[in-house]
Amino acid sequence: MDAEVTLTVDGTEHRVRVDTRTSLLDALRERIGNTSPKKGCDHGQCGACTVLLDGDRALTCLALAVAHDGAEITTADGLAADGELHPVQQAFLDRDAFQCGYCTPGQVCSAVGVLEEVRRGWPSHASPDLTADPELSHDEVAERMSGNLCRCAAYVNIVPAVQQAGGAQA
Amino acid sequence: MKDFAFARPGSVAEAVRDVAAEPGAVFLAGGTNLVDHLRLGVARPELVVDVRRLTSREVLDTEDGGLRVGAAVTNSELAADRRVRERYPVLAQALLAGATGQLRNLATTGGNPLQRTRCVYFQDVTTPCNKREPGSGCSAVNGYTRYHAILGVPSAMPDPSAPETCIATHPSDMAIALAALDAVVHVVGPAGERTVPFGELHRLPGDDPSRDTVLEHGELITAIDLPPLPAGARSAYRKVRDRASYAFALVSVAAVVAGKDVRIALGGVAHKPWRATRAEELLRGGELTEHAVRHAVEVELTAAQPQPGIDGGNGFKIPLVTRTAVATLRDLEA
Repeated sequence: MDAEVTLTVDGTEHRVRVDTRTSLLDALRERIGNTSPKKGCDHGQCGACTVLLDGDRALTCLALAVAHDGAEITTADGLAADGELHPVQQAFLDRDAFQCGYCTPGQVCSAVGVLEEVRRGWPSHASPDLTADPELSHDEVAERMSGNLCRCAAYVNIVPAVQQAGGAQA
Repeated sequence: MKDFAFARPGSVAEAVRDVAAEPGAVFLAGGTNLVDHLRLGVARPELVVDVRRLTSREVLDTEDGGLRVGAAVTNSELAADRRVRERYPVLAQALLAGATGQLRNLATTGGNPLQRTRCVYFQDVTTPCNKREPGSGCSAVNGYTRYHAILGVPSAMPDPSAPETCIATHPSDMAIALAALDAVVHVVGPAGERTVPFGELHRLPGDDPSRDTVLEHGELITAIDLPPLPAGARSAYRKVRDRASYAFALVSVAAVVAGKDVRIALGGVAHKPWRATRAEELLRGGELTEHAVRHAVEVELTAAQPQPGIDGGNGFKIPLVTRTAVATLRDLEA
């Protein structure tokens, strides 16, 4: 069955006809032509398809496009709108936080989401005190980024990159 | 993926009517489990009814001093709610121990307790599974049992060809905390509204492993109430898993100490969140010494039926969940 959906992707509105079975990820990549979010596992286990969905980081492989009609989506591509890199993107470059780069757009979107969640004071499993404002320690970043796998294992540089972008000592 | 029709009705009543009228219909909320099941072929609905924007996305104070959590509140929002962090730390900790940030931003209060087992055979449509395909048998009994049940199963190695055999566990962390908190589930269905005590929401496999809960087809969770805890109550959640993050529980323990009452729910050990009522009775009013807690949990686990399995079996869960309970209550006493 087909359905019409409107998605605003990186500031541009798109009206597309999709099969009801289409994931948000496939709608972005195959219908809208934005290949920034990547298809890794397609089962919600790797995080390569992470975008900012209505402001929060989310997996597009586990979201149906029809269920997100009207959504505002920012991909890693859209973070550098005017050619100027987002601080998280710059930090990934400065810290050499990737090797093959396949997981990087998902890592970057996830990191942007992490920094916003920390700014809001959201705790994590690694927070020593549930009621205190979280700090961007190594353990906090590692826990908060655990949904983004990197098969090159660039984690040792990803964690400092996220800390740098968040203004923490790394 | 099998084709399906999609509907986004304008009200809860309409959504309930849509699902009740179509035996092959399912509700969709955050989708983190259902969409995966659509892709795997585990779920093959005729109609998907989107309810994500129909129920409340607010956490409200109730008159009795508790909280009412709307079904659309995300797992992230609930874990971050200041009242939950301060008054129900067991729930915040359980939520934060589950999944990842990207998943918790999608997953909802109504959907999380209804997620299905992560038994690998349930998720593999090429293998027999009584939960997925009633009457086909249970592949787990002679397979990998590391993540499977030790409580609420009739014996070690039940008959794999019997239609009632199922040794799956419930995967939700949040549900273990809600069981210990004596939460109350608000449900709207074709026959009207009702409430279900959280401890009665999930079932043991009984004679129909395909049914995880007591909800009837077309019944929708609209909110979950957290009853007030007395002043000075303490609570905590501890989870033991194969990785430091983003893994389902091997075992977990939710504990609430409120006055003379001790409530303990065990995760990763049964088809449903397991309230350790025998242990609770033994501990009520007494001093929560390490010895007392260990003894009480050991008594609770005398009914355990560890499953052999080709991976060495899951007998390790008996000492593991005992030690985890001791550690959880020690933290609360400290």
